[in-house]
Amino acid sequence: MADPTPDPARESDVPARREHGSGASVARPEPARQEEPRSGFLADLFAPVAGFGVSFKTQFRKVATEEYPEEKRPTAPRYHGRHQLNRHPDGLEKCVGCELCAWACPADAILVEGADNDDTPLAEGGRGRFSPGERYGRVYQINYLRCIFCGLCIEACPTRALTMTNEYEMADHTRADLIFEKHQLLAPLAPGMVPAPHPMVEGTDEADYYRGAVSGPTPAQEAYVRDREAAAEGAARSSGATESLLDPGDGSPRPAGHHATHRTASPATSAAAATSAATNGGDRR
Amino acid sequence: MGIEEKLPSGVMTAKVSTVAGHLLKTSMWPATFGLACCAIEMMAVGTPDYDIARFGMERFAATPRQADLMIVAGRVSQKMAPVVRQVYDQMPEPKWVLSMGVCASSGGMFNNYAIVQGVDHIVPVDVYLPGCPPRPQMLLNAILTLHEQITREPHIGDRRKIAQAVERAAMEATPTHAMKGLLA
Repeated sequence: MADPTPDPARESDVPARREHGSGASVARPEPARQEEPRSGFLADLFAPVAGFGVSFKTQFRKVATEEYPEEKRPTAPRYHGRHQLNRHPDGLEKCVGCELCAWACPADAILVEGADNDDTPLAEGGRGRFSPGERYGRVYQINYLRCIFCGLCIEACPTRALTMTNEYEMADHTRADLIFEKHQLLAPLAPGMVPAPHPMVEGTDEADYYRGAVSGPTPAQEAYVRDREAAAEGAARSSGATESLLDPGDGSPRPAGHHATHRTASPATSAAAATSAATNGGDRR
Repeated sequence: MGIEEKLPSGVMTAKVSTVAGHLLKTSMWPATFGLACCAIEMMAVGTPDYDIARFGMERFAATPRQADLMIVAGRVSQKMAPVVRQVYDQMPEPKWVLSMGVCASSGGMFNNYAIVQGVDHIVPVDVYLPGCPPRPQMLLNAILTLHEQITREPHIGDRRKIAQAVERAAMEATPTHAMKGLLA
């Protein structure tokens, strides 16, 4: 409460304090009683419930809550979400299996195993070409229960093969399910792309790919993929296997041959996941 | 036990179990239990901005005896491990565990002697949530994942027997560190 009459003891600062210190009592004039402002009848009536007014007013305010599962607030455009392995415009993978991301990872969440691209025709036992250049990432696993989404892998990637999406809904029931494999991380085929393995665009080398000289698959590549699919389908039919007709799950009409190659590339998803779980952690004794 | 024994097998139990699941999931109280930085995001979920009360979690129970859900938010140190287990043991059945963030789920980037490499070494975990720390929406998503699980689970039966069976299965399961397989 503001005191209208100035305190004499405070005005003459030093002597007053000395007096206080010596214990002498100073006769101070009684400050004039300030008249309390008279409140109206209505104010008196509603004073006890005035606090509810805040609650009442708040009812008509805009709700600040994000109604999460129904309407999701968009993340920042550069939010660090789930990773994605990108492709060149003709469908070849950008990852060259250099393992720089795995080395950069502070949490040891990434496992990469490279392999050589093989231009030998598939009929002669070739394993196929998955990326332009010499090597490709045969095995690519990210353990999302180790990954701290720092983005150092993205900075380390020399070919921009690894980037991050804004997707963040990844909760799951088992640890093995949260180790994402290459087929889960690979970007879906954009319209016009043909799935690897297939040869590079004729007359180009890998530098042309990085310069952006390749804008899409050529008819020769498309024919190659068609032949490979047909061959794989024939082989599947002759062996009576039906599993090659499984839906790839990314909406694209991915051919049977692609599955066959992928299955040889990464056998036993769960076993591999379990292994990397074993290598990545859980060594508590 | 009740009316479900007088009806053809499966008919009533399935319905009752589904109803029980819906009741359980819509009034689940989490234990107040933060271990590290993830706890800050967990608190953020309690604010009006995200409003965990929309999912029936009106408040964080101040004692494990009133809680149904343990959100392990943060790294579990070896020294804290017995305490975490005690909190879990004090919670009444039915109870669920949500491992929030990478440190609780697997040790995260702290692969060292001081940190338990995954809280599933000491308590059975229902939902793992990646992120360092997970954003509040991720926690809400994990809670919804848990809700789905609760609706699917059977809820009719002897709680003690169910708990014992779950514990036995957890003891017999291959521990994560012993899982061996082809390296890709």
